[in-house]
Amino acid sequence: MLRLERRPSPSKAWNYATPVVAVLLTMVAGGILFTILGKNPFEAIKLIFWDPLFSEQFAAYSRPQLLVKAGPLILIAVGLSIGFRAGIWNIGAEGQYIVGALCAAAVALAFYPAESVLVFPLMIVAGALGGWAWAMIPAILRTRFNTNEILVSLLLVYVAEKLLAAAATGFMRNPQGAGFPGSRNINQYASAANHEIFAGTGLHWGGVAAFIAVLFTYIMLQRHILGFQVQLAGQAPRAARFAGVAPARLVLMCMGISGAFAGMAGMFEVAGPARLISIDFNAGYGFTAIIVAFLGRLNPIGIVLAGLLLALTYIGGELAQFMLNLPAAAIQVFQGMLLFFLLALDVLSNYRVRLFLPQRATSEGV
Amino acid sequence: MDFGSINPVVLIASLMVAATPILLAAIGELVVEKAGVLNLGVEGMMIVGAVSGFAAAVTTGSPILGMLAAIVAGAAVSLIFALLTQVLMANQVASGLALTLFGLGFSALLGQSYVGIVPPRTEKLNFGFLSDLPVVGRILFGHDILVYVSLFLVAAVWYWLNYTRGGRVLRAVGENHDSAHALGYKVKRVRILAILFGGACAGLGGAYLSLVRVPQWTEGMTAGAGWIALALVVFASWKPWRVLAGAYLFGGIMVLQLNLQAAGYRIPVEYLAMSPYIITILVLVVMSSNRTRRTLAAPGSLGRSFHAAG
Amino acid sequence: MTPPLLSIQGLTKVYPGVVANKDVTFDIGEGEVHALLGENGAGKSTLVKAIYGLIRPNEGTMLWRGQPYAPHAPAQARATGVAMVFQHFSLFDAMDVAENVALGMDNPPPIRELAARITEVSNNYGLPLDPSRMVGDLSAGERQRVEIIRCLLQNPQLLIMDEPTSVLTPQEVEILFRTLRQLRAEGRSILYISHKLEEIRSLCENATVLRLGKVVGRADPRQESARSLAEMMVGQTLHTPSRPAAQPGKMLLEVAELSVASPSQFGTSLKGVSMTVRAGEILGIGGVAGNGQDELLGALSGEIRAPAEAVRMAGDPVGHYGPNARRALGLLCAPEERLGHAAAPDMSLTENALLTGAWREKLVSRGFVSWGKARSFAEKVIERFDVRTPGPWVAARALSGGNLQKFVIGREILQRPSVLVVNQPTWGVDASAAAAIRQALLDLAQAGAAVVVISQDLDEILEVADNFAALNGGRLSAPRPVQGLTMDQIGLMLGGAETGETDVAA
Repeated sequence: MLRLERRPSPSKAWNYATPVVAVLLTMVAGGILFTILGKNPFEAIKLIFWDPLFSEQFAAYSRPQLLVKAGPLILIAVGLSIGFRAGIWNIGAEGQYIVGALCAAAVALAFYPAESVLVFPLMIVAGALGGWAWAMIPAILRTRFNTNEILVSLLLVYVAEKLLAAAATGFMRNPQGAGFPGSRNINQYASAANHEIFAGTGLHWGGVAAFIAVLFTYIMLQRHILGFQVQLAGQAPRAARFAGVAPARLVLMCMGISGAFAGMAGMFEVAGPARLISIDFNAGYGFTAIIVAFLGRLNPIGIVLAGLLLALTYIGGELAQFMLNLPAAAIQVFQGMLLFFLLALDVLSNYRVRLFLPQRATSEGV
Repeated sequence: MDFGSINPVVLIASLMVAATPILLAAIGELVVEKAGVLNLGVEGMMIVGAVSGFAAAVTTGSPILGMLAAIVAGAAVSLIFALLTQVLMANQVASGLALTLFGLGFSALLGQSYVGIVPPRTEKLNFGFLSDLPVVGRILFGHDILVYVSLFLVAAVWYWLNYTRGGRVLRAVGENHDSAHALGYKVKRVRILAILFGGACAGLGGAYLSLVRVPQWTEGMTAGAGWIALALVVFASWKPWRVLAGAYLFGGIMVLQLNLQAAGYRIPVEYLAMSPYIITILVLVVMSSNRTRRTLAAPGSLGRSFHAAG
Repeated sequence: MTPPLLSIQGLTKVYPGVVANKDVTFDIGEGEVHALLGENGAGKSTLVKAIYGLIRPNEGTMLWRGQPYAPHAPAQARATGVAMVFQHFSLFDAMDVAENVALGMDNPPPIRELAARITEVSNNYGLPLDPSRMVGDLSAGERQRVEIIRCLLQNPQLLIMDEPTSVLTPQEVEILFRTLRQLRAEGRSILYISHKLEEIRSLCENATVLRLGKVVGRADPRQESARSLAEMMVGQTLHTPSRPAAQPGKMLLEVAELSVASPSQFGTSLKGVSMTVRAGEILGIGGVAGNGQDELLGALSGEIRAPAEAVRMAGDPVGHYGPNARRALGLLCAPEERLGHAAAPDMSLTENALLTGAWREKLVSRGFVSWGKARSFAEKVIERFDVRTPGPWVAARALSGGNLQKFVIGREILQRPSVLVVNQPTWGVDASAAAAIRQALLDLAQAGAAVVVISQDLDEILEVADNFAALNGGRLSAPRPVQGLTMDQIGLMLGGAETGETDVAA
């Protein structure tokens, strides 16, 4: 009989090992899934995890895509990780991402077609402010009225999606677009465009922002008293109040940072890879970032690795979709399973699994 | 604004239909939360129920078999959550989110070949002449079986929680799991069963969406219904009859905004479509700002995981 | 010869890394009140859990009236005739008395019938109780009645009581003892677990003493002195803290008409609390659990804000300050709940040292933490207060209760407080650690600090305090000098009868 036994201190080794084991288990389970779907599992796994980076046929296109996709995931996930550590659950990053993009696009469209070096920085500020403001709704409702921030932030995603649709078909529609939904192409407006910095790398300004965000978060969590207070509030809320942490301020700070990061991610996306505001502008980065944050153990460095991995599954998934006719949803299932395995294996950090043999137990005691 | 074109009898009859999916999901989640477990995977369980029910109904030609399949499917995916949170002591918030993300992907995968198909029709129950009565006939006797099942479930859950030993034990487990354990109750067993019940209800609610309310299968068709159901439980202060009232209120809002959309008012469709979510948020705010009432009603051990020492 | 009611033979229970019970053997006769004595951690709770079927022993047998008895669940124990009143109540706040009683029974009658029987039984045993009241609104004494009634309705042969008096006022203890004697007269047996020696001497005819899981003595407590029982329990000669005569200095802490609402739903709000503490003085605040102790500590630490004038530090109004502003002025606190309030369970001792020491010990500069300094501070606490741990990197929850408490108290004392407020400083702590902590508090006062000791342990207060005040329902009696105070007077103060203005009652 298996039994769990609480460890006196959490195991450091398992803390690092679980994400790796979870990825391996997901590959196995994914292989089984692909077999059921009638695909060759080894080919599919290779196509998802290996070919985007190393195959001669695809790597030239896929490799830059890695940073394109990892950038927003990492930027959003590091923001979320601060709140998650404090037990503040902003799960509406998708909405903040959309609103950030809308605000940034609004700035660009307002200036169009005037060229100025100020447009791009202004868009960054607008994106961050938009995401921040959208996140402030659940934050203020939580601190003022004690409303559950999980539900509110999530419900606001749907509101943001409707807002996006209204923008794409209504107030932001391209006047020269022949009535098709979608805004002007911001990527072709020189002052507003978020171009690749080094050709062929896929690195655009969003990647730079993600890097700065990771650095900022790392220093804050490791060295700054705010980082300590965030962890304290998450692990022992009463002890945090005893240590002088004001819960309301913490909620506002964590929600604000994650909202601003998500909004910036939306800005870099709309001015870069997405090119314009369209009905299907959002690609679920805000939700996948939750997986990234957990897979990275809420640790900034871990999140970089996890973001790259999840970006790989996106690209590999597209490749598998193209080459093997694997359904697009399969990759979503794959990501969901990854989170399941991770959560399941987490038990090993905090508990020891013991094998109990009832008959032997007595004889051992002698 | 002109509401004259909206017939109140039709409105009430159709809001009952519109409310049934979230009512089913919410009454299931109420039982789960009363047992002290917060399962944020309602959306995921609903959509898996929606696709499984749809697929089974199309394959067998029977909506009833479809609904049974949805119950089984909803319970089956909730078992993953039960395993994670009750056996492996994983964080309930994260596990619920994982279930939702997984459910959305999994349902899209299962439903690929069912897009655009019309499901077999779910017949309304035949009450003979009763259904032909003016006003009451349409409202009380003009529905399919699941509307009545959902009403019965509300009554049954209310009675069971308050007047039976099993219900008392479930509430005790949710109120204080350490005390319940000390008295010899099987905390985990009670919770796992509650989670399965919640999954079954959510699955059924999802199937009602895909088989009756819409009726067809599209990816992500639950569109937040599971989250609204979660909000409804808070709104109802964990009381079954208030869940019913809340669900019908939201049903009314949804039907009304659809009617307004159809009537072609000058407000863009998107803003009308936002309204159920915004109203849900507003109601949540009103309910939770009354602190004393909220804290008295919420189960004491809600969301905390239980590990018996020794 | 008839066999004893319950005979325990060679019982052993091993937890990974700990032997909780080793070869425990003793008998409980019919109609006997049997004491189980031992310090915290001596293995008393494990033993009664085995008798009640909550855990299964690794070895040994139990005989019930000569028949083998090995309950695998509480229900089976209850069916045999064993009932248990828990130390930490097994009650449900948001349910009424009748429902709570029903949950503890295996075949409860319908609620209405049960309510009638609760009223009847509770009156018969002198423990009046209204079955329709919500348990969360009851006092600690009333809550215990719910537990006892729950047991009595099952007509038990053996009643297990785990530390029943720790939550009662002396007067309530008298009522309880009358009930227990009535039960004995009816031929029932009682297994009475306590570390309060005077109670055992007045109630029990047999005692089994446990230490570190083993039986170390058997006695007739009526023939022994409290001191001899204590030394049997502790296994060494007890060190009584020494206290030189106090010479009160200037006024350091003044609380005037402090009224704050409790932040928790079933908590007790403070109503017009006033007190003063001078340098060198120790004020002991007694009271039964749940009468506002947590709230008083919160209002003094700054976790609960009050009007500025309600709390003064050396004359300055500080009631509106948060915890860190008060720390800066030298007002430090150590809450009751070690894990989760005074310390974060999963964090290392270094991080826990930073928790309150950040500013006063200058472990933080311009917002950035100096982990090196935090570690040396933690090491200093560990060394000076003899905290048994491999090092400062160990998680707080890995420490024993006594060691963690020494760390928590030491962490505050080493920050040189001018006022220190502690709540339940030795709760759940072994005797030697408790003695060390009390001595440290006395030394601190001796060095010129004002100390407030909130405690439910009257013996502790009488040992360390200069003045005594009682908390009852969120009100504080006027402090009186400990010297010359009788148990009766204390009981009246705890019960709220004593307003402290005059000595009319005496």
